[in-house]
Amino acid sequence: MSDSPTMVRAEVTGTGTPRRRPALANLRDLALVPGIIVIAVVGQLVNPVFLQYDNVINILQTMSEIALLVLAQTMVLIVGKMDLSLESTFGLAPGVAAWLTITGGHSLGVLPAWAAVPVVLLVGVLVGTLNALLIVRFGLSGFVVTLGMLIVLRGLLTGISGGQTFFGMPESMLYLGTTQWAGVPASIWICVLLFAAGIVLLGQTRFGRSLYAIGGNPDAAKAAGIRTDRIVWIVLIGASVLAALGGLLLAGRLASVAAAQGNGYIFTVFAAAVIGGVSLNGGRGTLFGAFTGILLLYMIQNVLTLAGVPAQWIGALNGTIILVALVMSRITSGKRQN
Amino acid sequence: MSSIVPVAEASQVVKRYGATVALDHADITILPGQTHALVGRNGAGKSTLVSILTGLTEPDSGTVRFGGRPAPGPSERDAWRSRVACVYQKSTIIPELSVAENLFLNRQETRRGLIRWSSVRRAAAELLERWSVDVDVRRPAGELSVEQRQFVEIARSLSFGARFVILDEPTAQLDGAAITRLFGHLADLQRHGVTFLFISHHLQEVYEICDTVTVYRDARHVLTAPVAELPKAELVAAMTGENAVAAETRTTSARPGAPPVLQVHELSLDPHYADVSFAIAPGEIVGLAGSGGSGKTELAETLVGLRAARSGTILVGDRRPRPGDVPAALGAGVGFVPEDRHHQGYVPEMSIADNTTMTVMDRLGPGILVRSGERDRLAGTMITRLEVKTPGPELPVSALSGGNQQKVVMARALAGDPRLLVLITPTAGVDVRSKEFLLGKVADAAAAGTAVLIASDELDDLRLCDRLLVMVHGRLTTELPAGWQDREVVAAMEGVDLDVR
Repeated sequence: MSDSPTMVRAEVTGTGTPRRRPALANLRDLALVPGIIVIAVVGQLVNPVFLQYDNVINILQTMSEIALLVLAQTMVLIVGKMDLSLESTFGLAPGVAAWLTITGGHSLGVLPAWAAVPVVLLVGVLVGTLNALLIVRFGLSGFVVTLGMLIVLRGLLTGISGGQTFFGMPESMLYLGTTQWAGVPASIWICVLLFAAGIVLLGQTRFGRSLYAIGGNPDAAKAAGIRTDRIVWIVLIGASVLAALGGLLLAGRLASVAAAQGNGYIFTVFAAAVIGGVSLNGGRGTLFGAFTGILLLYMIQNVLTLAGVPAQWIGALNGTIILVALVMSRITSGKRQN
Repeated sequence: MSSIVPVAEASQVVKRYGATVALDHADITILPGQTHALVGRNGAGKSTLVSILTGLTEPDSGTVRFGGRPAPGPSERDAWRSRVACVYQKSTIIPELSVAENLFLNRQETRRGLIRWSSVRRAAAELLERWSVDVDVRRPAGELSVEQRQFVEIARSLSFGARFVILDEPTAQLDGAAITRLFGHLADLQRHGVTFLFISHHLQEVYEICDTVTVYRDARHVLTAPVAELPKAELVAAMTGENAVAAETRTTSARPGAPPVLQVHELSLDPHYADVSFAIAPGEIVGLAGSGGSGKTELAETLVGLRAARSGTILVGDRRPRPGDVPAALGAGVGFVPEDRHHQGYVPEMSIADNTTMTVMDRLGPGILVRSGERDRLAGTMITRLEVKTPGPELPVSALSGGNQQKVVMARALAGDPRLLVLITPTAGVDVRSKEFLLGKVADAAAAGTAVLIASDELDDLRLCDRLLVMVHGRLTTELPAGWQDREVVAAMEGVDLDVR
């Protein structure tokens, strides 16, 4: 530039020359990796089965469905909102599809079998739209709206199923939960690929970066020309669709939809996200971190099972693990959580 | 007007909010290359004018023109941004994102939808380089100092092509040295064709860097004149609508014979201050002067229990409040006006009554109960005493103007009839009249026997002090008796000895 200023350099940085420092955010991402390695070693010592291929696949497959909820919730949290209703969508979406396509029992059987998967995703879109309508359009409190939705959707699933479990679902609903691609269950592929896509989306696209901007400082985001409302709409709908997809995977794997499918998952989802470095106040966290969060929780659970801990104690231990993991990640990241 | 086309021009602008007239046929004309000051007391209409000039608010009537052409429509954000930029008091950066990303938010260079981080960083570095801002673009923006953040925001606004920048009280949160650097920077930018509209409560700054000044009063334009032709007294008179009262010399109310209210003995807190000892007598007003990093704020915060000293003792009267314990300090009779009223001074959505009585709730009823009648009576007394302009004690503090908010904070400090009043920059962001008024109340409290410590680098705050303690790099270096000269204080704060050379 010809008018490049020739002026006394303003001494703005306290330290003078720019320092090369490791990007803090990246280090925070890796905060749980040492923990995962430690658990892997401990698990191997407890039971040599732990690191065997079949067991690893088992861990990944059992976590793949809830991991989609973590993926969804992380994006919602980063944009500065919360969606508690994801766990109910997780059960309701495949439940509605089963209800409409199966004949006999409580089911209606009004739709052909091929419509099942589209119905699952459509329920996700509808729930997300309703959430976004109430939260963004009408400005209601996101926490309470989705809490209400959690209860309503759970009740709907109980209502249409009569509290029973749906069996005998169409082949199309079983496919993703049962099939293997290249020797690895499809649900693992889907989970890993969606996380990878999400990491690129959040880290490398304008859309993704705008989530951080909105969660970090909504006014500044607006001032930068970001259509904040539209983006929150997209995130809320996308999250519900991901929850519906996760529900479909679980329904396929179990070849059934229980009335309680997804019940109580949301606590684990939040715990995984926070352990993985995602802030409940928005604007902070990564999908990689969230993934390590849920992975760590499921590895520990697996170790406990292999160690022969009675099933009745798993709940108490799970809660304790979440608290311990929180303390650990507070120590390793050095940042106050909120 | 001559043939020069003004960069920005508002004429006969009217804006009403309900019954309140925020702007009443107000004018302003800003010529290219000017550094134009807009001054006025709180409520004069400055903020409304800023939001109209930046396109955030539409005027009810009147016109806004940029470079002779009508202003863009309200939804054309990009068009506004290429004409005018504003650095607000409130930060518009996103703390979690890097400086580079903040600069190019939502316009990052992409290839096939993916952001090219190397290009973004390079463009950001070039942008900052061009405007001589020395900040590492990889740093998270939340780590920047207020000063660095302002420079980044100015650079960002210039990158949209705007060459007219509104600075809304840019110096409110800066210390003396940073203000000097900011002004140096502004002068450079001005030489490169950037026009500024500078909004400030500090008239001294107006005289330092502005060439033209416009005064608003009660939603109306009062005068526009070259700064050089307008003596300070006339400027104040234009702002207040009456002739400014000359600051009368205060007769001290200190009672040196009486046992001291505050005794500080060899207090240290790494890395903020070390080995600080002093005492304050009843009725005495002591100033604690020092620049931004001098440790004066931390020292004052230690006295009220917001921080705990590493070593040393604090005696308030004959009591020794537990270090780092605010209730203990309040219990010992300390009243406190914190540095940042928005963060520590009040709860915005609570009423004036609740805010003013927050520190004395134990006196408002039996046991744990709070009698609302008692509370409103006490609050009413404080509202009258401090002349808070409000329809009643039930109004939320967020509805008040800045000066009145600060009065509420002062009321909270005075509500407990403290033995010791600790004030940190008590008049920051407050207009001239409110400033005089607040300091007058401080003098009244001292006359009633309260010991007062004012920690500030604002010379006007320190004028009424009986004694001035100057801190440099965490140590008390100089003590000045009343009657000091401005240059003595400034020299002492900067660590310069006037007698040498």
